Amino acid sequence: MYRAFLIKYAEIGIKGKNRFIFENILKRNIANALAKLRDGYEISKEQGRVFIECPEGFDYDDTIEALQHVFGVAGICPVYVIDNIEFENLKKGVGDYVEQAYPDKNFTFKVEARRADKSYPVTSPEICAKTGAHLLDRFPEMKVNVHDPDVEFMVEVRNRGYVYSEVIPGPQGMPVGSSGKAMLLLSGGIDSPVAGWMIAKRGVTIDAVYFHAPPYTSERAKQKVVDLAKIVSRYAGPIRLHVVNFTDIQLYIYEQCPHEELTIIMRRYMMRIAEAIAEKRGCQALITGESIGQVASQTVESLLTTNAVCKLPVFRPVIGFDKQDIVEISQKIGAFETSIQPFEDCCTIFVAKHPVTKPILSVIEKSEKKLSEKIDELVEKALETVEVINVRW
Amino acid sequence: MECYLDNAATTKPSEAVIDEMLKVLRTDFGNPSSKHRMGLDAEKYIRNTTEALAEALKCKPSEIILTSGGTESNNQALIGGALANRRAGTHIISTAFEHAAVYKPLEFLESQGFTVDYVGVDRMGHLDLDELKEKLKKDTVIVSVMLVNNEVGAVQDIEAVSKLVKSNNPATLLHVDAIQAFGKMKIIPAKQGIDMLSISGHKLRGPKGSGALYVRSGAKVKPYIYGGGQQHDMRSGTENVPAIAGFGVAVKDASSHLEEHRRSMFACKAALIARVLKLEGTHVNAVPGETLGYFEKAEPIAASGEYAGIPENIRKSLETTAPHIVSVSFDGIDRSEVLLHALEEEGVYVSSGSACSSNHPGLSGSLKAIGVEKELLNSTLRFSFSFDSTIDEVDYAGAALQKLLPVLRRFRVK
Repeated sequence: MYRAFLIKYAEIGIKGKNRFIFENILKRNIANALAKLRDGYEISKEQGRVFIECPEGFDYDDTIEALQHVFGVAGICPVYVIDNIEFENLKKGVGDYVEQAYPDKNFTFKVEARRADKSYPVTSPEICAKTGAHLLDRFPEMKVNVHDPDVEFMVEVRNRGYVYSEVIPGPQGMPVGSSGKAMLLLSGGIDSPVAGWMIAKRGVTIDAVYFHAPPYTSERAKQKVVDLAKIVSRYAGPIRLHVVNFTDIQLYIYEQCPHEELTIIMRRYMMRIAEAIAEKRGCQALITGESIGQVASQTVESLLTTNAVCKLPVFRPVIGFDKQDIVEISQKIGAFETSIQPFEDCCTIFVAKHPVTKPILSVIEKSEKKLSEKIDELVEKALETVEVINVRW
Repeated sequence: MECYLDNAATTKPSEAVIDEMLKVLRTDFGNPSSKHRMGLDAEKYIRNTTEALAEALKCKPSEIILTSGGTESNNQALIGGALANRRAGTHIISTAFEHAAVYKPLEFLESQGFTVDYVGVDRMGHLDLDELKEKLKKDTVIVSVMLVNNEVGAVQDIEAVSKLVKSNNPATLLHVDAIQAFGKMKIIPAKQGIDMLSISGHKLRGPKGSGALYVRSGAKVKPYIYGGGQQHDMRSGTENVPAIAGFGVAVKDASSHLEEHRRSMFACKAALIARVLKLEGTHVNAVPGETLGYFEKAEPIAASGEYAGIPENIRKSLETTAPHIVSVSFDGIDRSEVLLHALEEEGVYVSSGSACSSNHPGLSGSLKAIGVEKELLNSTLRFSFSFDSTIDEVDYAGAALQKLLPVLRRFRVK
C-alpha cells in the first residue's frame, strides 16, 4: 500500500548556511544504501526532508531496514500516494489509507495539511477540516482531538497527494562523510566496533587497523575482525581495514622488556603504528574502545601512558560506559554474536599474570630504551607489509 | 610444499570418487524412488554401494542403512536402539573417551530416562574389561564402544568386549563406532559379535555427507527419521545419490586395497614417530613403550619399503594401534593451537585434539581419559594419514617441527 517514504532528519535541520552540504551527503548516503537493494529509487530533497519514491515498486521491509542503517535519518515515514488529487478523490484517498492502515478505528486523530502548489483550489486549513469531517463520517468510532491526538495524519498536496501518519525511528546522528575521517583500532572484542559505530554516527568516515600476530592469532581471529568491520560498515560505509603483522614487534618487546610491562608497551606501539597509518591516510583522529578500568591497560594511569605517544586526538567514545552499556549497543548494532566468538587476539597472548596497572610514564619510557636497537626497523617493516582489506556491507 | 596430515578430520576425495559423483550429478540425476527408467538408473548406484559395503563387512545388503555420515549413524544406532528396547531395560554403557557424536546422543537419552555408565580406559586407551564386567547389568540394552579412538588412535579388542557383553545378556546390543576404523582394518561384524556398526564416507576418500550403519538382521532398532519409507522404512528421505555413488567407489577401493593401505600408513606412522622422538621434549601417546623405545634409537625411515625392515615384534606391537593416527604432546608449548598455526604457515595441516572438538574451549576428553599429564593436555597435536600420504610429507612435517619448536618455546606465558 505504501509507494514512497519521507525521511525526517533532526540535527541537520538546525545547521545554518552549511545545511545543504549535510543534506546532499545524506541524500547520497541514502542513495548508496538503497542502490544495494535495487535500481530505480528516486530521491529528492525539499524543505527540510528527503523524499524517496520507487515507481517500479520496492520491498517495503528491506527498504526500511536499509534506511535504518543510514546515519542522519531521524525518522522514516511510509507514504500513501493518491494519484488523482481532485479534492473529492483526495478525501476518499485519505479515507482509504486509514481503512487499510488502522484496522482498529478506536483512536483520536487530527489532520494536518500542506499545499506545495498554492493554486490548488482548497486551502490547507480547509483540507484539514473537510478531510477530518470525511473521516468522521466514514469511521464513526474515530474521534477528533486537535491538542493531543493518538494519530496525526499528514496530507500533502503536490502534483500528487501524499498521506502519512507513522514515523519509524531511524538511527539518528549525522550523515557519514560530513565530519572528517578517523582511524579505528579494531580488535576482535565487544568495545571497539561499538566505539567505531558511535564515532561514525557523528558523521565521521572510518578507517580501521587490526594487529594480527600469527601464529599466535589464527586466520579465524582475523576473519572475525573482517566480519566485525563489515557489520560497522553497514552503518559507516566502506571501511579500509589495515592488517598489521605485529608478531615480531610483540616478541621483541617480550624478550627485551619486563614482562609485566609487555601489554602497556605493546599498546604504545599499536598507537604509534595506528597513528602512522592514520596520517598516511589523511585521518585526523584515532578511535579506541577503551573504557576506564576495564582491564589493566585501561586504568587512567595506563591511558595516560599510551596516550603520551600520540599527537592526534584519540576518541574514546565508550570511556565512561559500563560493560553492560557497551554490550547493549553491541547487540543493537548486531555485532555481539560475532564479538563473542572465542578466538585469541594479540592482546590475550603472553599476558602477564600480574600486569602493571599503574604504570609510570618515565619508567615505561626507560624500558622502551631497551628496544632501541631493532624497534624502528621492525615498525618500519610492519608498516611496509600492511595488508589492506576493503570491507563493505 | 602443502602437506595435509589431518586425514582423521577428513580426506581428499579420490579422482575416481569425483568422476563417479559428477556422472551422477550430470546424467543419472533421477530420484531412485521414481518408477521410470531414470529412477532405476539412479537406484543402481545405491545397490552398488550397499553391495560393496556388504562385501567388505561380509554381511547381507539388507543389513546396511545408508546415512548422511558418521554422526547420523551413531544417532540412529543409539537412539533407535534405545527406543526399540526400552521395555527390556534403560541401562546403557559406553567408554570415557567417545566422540561427541556418541556421547551427545547418550546425553539426550539420559534426559529421556535412560541411565548411562562410562567405563574408563588405560594409558594405551584400552577399555578396562573388569570395569565393564562390573558395570554390565541384566537390563543393559546397549553397549557402545569406539573401535578406533579419533584423537589417539587406540584400538579396542571388540571380540573380548562382545564376549563379556553377550555372556551377561545375549540380547544386549553392541554398537561400535567404526568411523575411524573402517577402511583402516578388517571388520567382520558377525564374526566379532557386533550388532551395529557406524561408518563414515569422507574418512576414506569418499564424499562428505555419506555414511552407513550396519544393523545385524534380528537386532531391534527403530528408525528415527520418518517419511517416504526409503531404505526398508529405516531411513526416509530421498537418497543422496551422488554422495552414495562416490561412497561406493571409496568403499571398494578401501576394501580391495586394505593390506596395501595399512602398510603404507603404518610406514608413515613409523617414520613420523621415529622423527618426532628425535626432537627434544616430545611424547607420543597411546603407543606401547617397547615400540617407542625402539623408534627413539632407530634410523630415520626414508621410504615406504623400509617399513618391512623393522623387527617383526616392533611392527606387531605398532600394529595394535590404528595405522593413521599419531598423537604427540610437546613440552613447553602452552597452546597447541599456536604450533598448529605455525605449522600451517609452513603448509603443514594438522589438528589439535580432534577437529570436531577443537571448536570447544574445553580440553581434549580422550587425552584426559588416557591420563596425559595436565600440563600436556593443551600441548598435543594429532597427525593423521590417509592412503595417499607419503614419507616425504612426514619428513617435511618433521623438519617443520624441528624448526618451529625451539622458536615457540622461547615465548611462553610467564
